[in-house]
Amino acid sequence: MNSNNQNMETAIHTHSDMHRDDTASKLGMWLFIFTEILLFGGLFIVYSVYRYMNPVAFHLAHEELSITMGLINTIILLISSATVAMSITAIQKGDKRLSLYMVGATILLALVFLINKYFEWGSKFEHGMYPGSDLMDMLSNGDMLFFSLYFFMTGLHGVHIIVGMVLLAVSWFKIKKDAVRSDKYALLENSGLYWHLVDLIWIFLFPLFYLIH
Amino acid sequence: MENNHLPNYLEYRGKRTGLLGWLTTTDHKRIGLLYFYSMMTFFLTGAVLGILMRLELIAPGRQLVDAQTYNAFFTLHGLAMIFLFVIPGVGAVFGNFMLPIMLGAKDVAFPKVNLLSWYLYVLGAIIVLTSQFMGDGPPDTGWTFYAPYSLKTQTNVVAAVFGAFVLGFSSILTGLNFITTMHRMRAPGMGWKRMPMFAWTLYATGWIQLLATPIVGITLLMLAAERLLGIGFFDPAIGGDPILFQHLFWTYSHPAVYIMILPAMGVISEIIPTFSRKPLFGYTALIVSSMAIAFVGYFVWGHHMFTSGMSEGARWVFSFLSFIVAIPSAIKVFNWTATLYKGAINLQTPFWWAMAFIFVFMIGGFSGLVVGSLATDIHVHDTYFVVAHFHYIVFGGTGFAFFAAMHYWWPKIYGRMYNTKIANIGLLIFFTGFNMLYFPMFILGLMGMPRRYYDYLPQFQDGNVISTIGSWIMISGLIIIITNLIRAKKQTGKIVDNPWNGPTLEWSIQSPPTLENFEELPVVTHGPYEFK
Ligand code: HEM
Ligand SMILES: [Cu+2]
Repeated sequence: MNSNNQNMETAIHTHSDMHRDDTASKLGMWLFIFTEILLFGGLFIVYSVYRYMNPVAFHLAHEELSITMGLINTIILLISSATVAMSITAIQKGDKRLSLYMVGATILLALVFLINKYFEWGSKFEHGMYPGSDLMDMLSNGDMLFFSLYFFMTGLHGVHIIVGMVLLAVSWFKIKKDAVRSDKYALLENSGLYWHLVDLIWIFLFPLFYLIH
Repeated sequence: MENNHLPNYLEYRGKRTGLLGWLTTTDHKRIGLLYFYSMMTFFLTGAVLGILMRLELIAPGRQLVDAQTYNAFFTLHGLAMIFLFVIPGVGAVFGNFMLPIMLGAKDVAFPKVNLLSWYLYVLGAIIVLTSQFMGDGPPDTGWTFYAPYSLKTQTNVVAAVFGAFVLGFSSILTGLNFITTMHRMRAPGMGWKRMPMFAWTLYATGWIQLLATPIVGITLLMLAAERLLGIGFFDPAIGGDPILFQHLFWTYSHPAVYIMILPAMGVISEIIPTFSRKPLFGYTALIVSSMAIAFVGYFVWGHHMFTSGMSEGARWVFSFLSFIVAIPSAIKVFNWTATLYKGAINLQTPFWWAMAFIFVFMIGGFSGLVVGSLATDIHVHDTYFVVAHFHYIVFGGTGFAFFAAMHYWWPKIYGRMYNTKIANIGLLIFFTGFNMLYFPMFILGLMGMPRRYYDYLPQFQDGNVISTIGSWIMISGLIIIITNLIRAKKQTGKIVDNPWNGPTLEWSIQSPPTLENFEELPVVTHGPYEFK
C-alpha cells in the first residue's frame, strides 16, 4: 500500500462522502469474502461430521443426484467467471460496449444456472422429496441428513447467486451511465470478486454432493 | 460558546436537521452516539430484568413470577446483555467515536456502511424484542439456544434466533469497517506502532468479528431451518447431533467473549497512562498479547462443554489451551500495574474506574481458572459459580470499562465536565453493590445451587438475600452515576478540551470535536504515550 498516495488522497478529500479510496473498498470486499467463506465453512464442517457418521447412507443417497445437471451448472459458472473477468479487463481498457456485453452475459449465465437448479429441485419435489415432506420423514437418518444438507447448502448458494446477480445488475447500470468507467471501476471489480466467490463455493459443493463416492 | 470554538458536530446543520439529521448521518461521532443511546436503553432493560430476577430469588418459592416467566426473564436478560450491550459495546460506541480521531482521520473508511450497521443493530434488536410479544410466548431457552430443547419448545425461538443473526451481520460490518480504517486512514506519520492501544484492541477485535461471527450466523440459520422446515440438523430423533450444535455455538461464542473484553482492555490501556503520566508499559507486549488472545481464543471453546460428552483427550486439550489463553490476559494486568509503578498518579474518576476494573477482572479471571479445570468444573458447572464468574468478567470487565470510557471521554464527547465528586460516590456505591450482588453467588455455586431456576432449597437463602440487597445498592449507584452524567451534559459544566492532559490525538482537538475532527490533518511524529 502506497502511503504517499494515501496521504494525498486523505489530504484532498473534504468530507467523507466525497472521498474515494479504491484500495479500501477492495480490502473491504476481501474481508467480507472471508466471512462468506467461513459461513459456508461451518456447513462444510457439518457435512463432514455427518458424512463421517453415516458413510454408507451418504454414498447411496448421492447416487440419486444427477451428475449431468451438476456438471452443466459447473460449466455454466466457470464460463461466467471468465465473462465477468473479461468485463473488468474491458472496462479497464475503456471498452464500454464490450464490458456491458460481458456483464450481461454473466447475468444471463447466472439465470440459466438458476433455471437449471429450478428443474433439478423441481424433479425432487415431484417425487415428494422436499424438507418436511412425508417422504423425507420416512427416510433413514443418514439419507435424511444428506438431502437436508443438499437442499440447505445448494439453497443458500442459490441465494448468493441472486445477490451476485443484483450486484452485477447494479454494475451494469452504472457502466451504462458512465458511473463505472476506465478510471473508476471498483464497484465492478468488487462485484466480480463476489461472483468468483459464488463460483468457488459451487466448486466445492459439486464434488461433495454429486461426485464423491 | 467560546469564540475560538468552531461549530461542533452536535451543532452542525447539514442538509437535514433535527432527528432526521441524526438518522441519516454518516458522521462516525453521531453514529457512535446513536449506538450509545440505543445501547443504554437495552442495557437498562436488561438491568431491570436482572433486578426482577433477584427480587424473585429473595426467598425460596414463588415471590413475583412463575417458573415460565422467570425462564423468559433470564433468556431476554441474557440476549439483551450479550447481543445488544457487551458484544457491540465499547467498540460500537467509543470505537466509532474515537478510533478515527485517534488515527488522525476524518471518518471511518466506509461511513455509509457504518450507518447501515447501526440500522442492522436496531433491526436485530427490534426482532429480538418482538419475539417477546408475538407467536407463542417469549423464548425460554436461555441465550444459548441449546438443541434439542430449542427445537422442541413451543415458544417463539425463531424470531429471537433471527434477530441474533441480523445482529451478527451488524457486528461483522463494524469489524470490517474498523480494520479497513486502520489499514487505510492513518494520518501521515501514524505508523502501526504509533497507534494507541485502544485502536490495536479494536483491530484484534475486528478480526474476531469477521472470522467467528459467520459460524454462529450459519448455526442459527440451521436452527431456524430445522424449526421451520423440519430439516434434521440437531435433533437426535432424526439423525442430528445436539452436541454438534454446542460445538458450533461455542466456536463463535467463546471468541465472542474476546470481542467483548478486548476493546475494554483497550480503554483501560488508555486511561492508565493518562493518569499515571507515564507511557504504557510494554506497549509491544500488549499488542502481541491482544493478537494472541484473538488467535488462541479460537481453540478453547470446548471448555463450555466439559460435561456435555467429549472424549478424555479433547477435554484435556481444551482445558490446557484455556490455561494458555489466560496468560496474555494476565500479561495485560501486569503491564497496567507496571505502568502505575513510579507514575505521577492523578486520582480522578476514570482512574478509579480503571482500578475497579482491574479488581473485579482479576476475581473473574481467577474464577475462570476454576471453571477451566476439568475436575473442579464438573463440580461447579451450571451452578451459580458460573453465573458469578461471567458477571465478574463480562459485567465487571466490559461493563466497568464501558463506564470508565464514559467518564474518560464524556468531556470530549459533550464538551462538559461532570461533577467528579458525585461520580466518585456513585462509583463507590456501585462497586460495593456489585460485589455484594455477585460474590455470594460464588459461594452459593460451590454449595451446589443450580443456575436458571426460579426457586431454591432453603439452605441457600442467606446468600440469596445478601445478593438481592446488593442488587439494590448497585442499582442506586447506577442511578447516581447516570443522572450525574446527564446533568453534566444538559447543564453548565465548564467547557474543556483536555481536562486530563491526555496524550493521544483526540485530546489535541476541541471539545466537542468539529464535524471534520481536524481542520488540518495532523502529522504524527511520535508514539501515542509521550508526556512532557
Ligand atoms: C444489572 C444488573 C444485573 C443483575 C441484577 C443480573 C442478574 C442476573 C441473574 C439473577 C441471572 C440469572 C441466573 C439464573 O437464574 O441462572 C443472570 C443471568 C445472566 N446475566 Fe445478568 N445481571 C445483571 C447484569 C448483567 C450484565 C451487565 C450482563 C452482561 C454483560 C449479564 C449477563 C448475563 C447472562 C449472559 C446471563 C445468563 C442468562 C442465561 O442463563 O441464559 N448480566 N443475571
Ligand atoms: Cu469460553
